[in-house]
Amino acid sequence: MYLAAEGSHNPILPIWQELVVGTIAFALLVFVLLKFVMPRMETMYQARVDAIEGGLKRAEAAQAEANQLLEQYRAQLAEVRTEAARIRDDARADAEGVRQDILAKAREESDRIIAAGKEQLVAERTTIVRELRTEVGTLAVDLAGKIVGESLADEARRAGTVDRFLDGLESAGAR
Amino acid sequence: MSGQLVVAQDLPWPPSVNDFYPPAVAGPWVTKFTLMVWLAVGLVIIFYMAAYRNPKLVPSKGQWLAESVYGLVRDNIAREQMGNAGIRFAPYFTVLFSFILVTNIFSIVPGLQISPNAHIAFPIVLSAISYVLYLAVGVRKHGLLKYLKMSLILPGVPWPMHFLLIPIEFLQNFVVRPVTLALRLFANMFAGHLLLLVFTVGGFVMLSADNLFVQVTSVFSFVMAIVMAFFEALVAVLQAYVFVTLSANYVGTSLAEEH
Repeated sequence: MYLAAEGSHNPILPIWQELVVGTIAFALLVFVLLKFVMPRMETMYQARVDAIEGGLKRAEAAQAEANQLLEQYRAQLAEVRTEAARIRDDARADAEGVRQDILAKAREESDRIIAAGKEQLVAERTTIVRELRTEVGTLAVDLAGKIVGESLADEARRAGTVDRFLDGLESAGAR
Repeated sequence: MSGQLVVAQDLPWPPSVNDFYPPAVAGPWVTKFTLMVWLAVGLVIIFYMAAYRNPKLVPSKGQWLAESVYGLVRDNIAREQMGNAGIRFAPYFTVLFSFILVTNIFSIVPGLQISPNAHIAFPIVLSAISYVLYLAVGVRKHGLLKYLKMSLILPGVPWPMHFLLIPIEFLQNFVVRPVTLALRLFANMFAGHLLLLVFTVGGFVMLSADNLFVQVTSVFSFVMAIVMAFFEALVAVLQAYVFVTLSANYVGTSLAEEH
C-alpha cells in the first residue's frame, strides 16, 4: 500500500512498489556484475595468486641453481688451485734438476779444460826442455870449440858428452 | 531533506515517521527512494565496469579498489564463513556487499541524507534472496528431507526434548533468521536517520528560539549532528558487513555436513 497521501505510515510495512523496484533493480545489478565483471575478477585473482606463487617458486629455483653453480665453481677453483700448485712444484723440481745438471756439466767441462791445459803445458814444457837441451848443448859445444879452438861438435855428438853432462846437472839440481 | 524544511520555516518538530516518507516525485513508482536505488545500482555497475574495463595483473587504482572489496568478501567473509566451498558464492556476496554499502552511505551523502534501506521494502528484498539462497543450497546439497532433518533435529538429545526443540529450531532457521536479517539493516538505517534528524532539526529549532541562551546552545546540537554523521558512516559499513557475513554464515550452515 502506498500511504504517503494519507500521511500515516507504518515503517514496518513495506510499500509494495518498492519491493518490485528493489527486486528488479537489484536483479539487474546482480545480473550485470555476475555476467561481466565478477568472473574476470576471480580469474584475475587466480592469475595473481599464480603469478606471485609461481614467481616465488621460480625465484627459489633460480636461487638453488645459482647456489649449485657457486658450489661447482668453488670446487673447480679449488681443483685448479691444487693443480697450479702441483705444476709449480713440478716446475720448481724440474728447474732444480736442470740447474744441477748444468752445474755438473759445467764442472765437468771446466775440469776437462783444466786437465787439457795442464797436459798441454806439460807437453810444451817437455818440448821446450828438449829444445833447450839441444840448443844449450850446441851452444856449449860451440863455445867450447871456440875456446878450445877446434870443432868438437862431431866428437861431442859421438861421445854424448853434453847429454851426460846435462843429465848430471839435472840430477844434481834434483838433489 | 531538513534543508527544505528549514527554508519553509515550518520545522517538523519532533521528527516523526512521516519524515521518512517524502512526497512522491511522480507517482508511487518514482519516489526519492526508488530513484536512490536506481542511482545505487547505476553507481555500482559503473564503478565495477570502469574498474574492470581493462584489468591488469598489476592493477590501477580503481581496479585495486574493486579487487580489495572482492578480496575482503572472498577471503574474510566467504571463505571464513563457508570454507573453500563457499568461494563460488563470493561474486554474489561482493555485489550484495557493494549494493548495501552504497545505499547505506547515502544516509550521509548531502542532498540524499537517507538510506533506501530505511524503508523496509529493500532490506526485505535482499534478505529474501539470502533466505532462498541458503534454503536452495541446503536442499540441493543434502536433499529436502535430510536438509529438514539437519535443520530441525539436534543430535544427541533425549527424544522427548524434540517436542520442545523442533519448533524452536524451526523458528530459528526458517523464520527468525530472514526476519532479523531484514529488520537489523532496516532498523539501523532508520534509527541513524532519526538521530541525524533529531540533532540537525533540533539545532534549527533551538536557533529559531526567542531565548539567546537556547540559540547559543544549538551549537552543541550541530556538533552532535556532525559526530553522528561520522558514526552513521561507521554503522553504514558495519551493517553492510554484518548483513553479508550473516548471509554467508547461513549458507555455510546449509553447506555443512553436521547440524
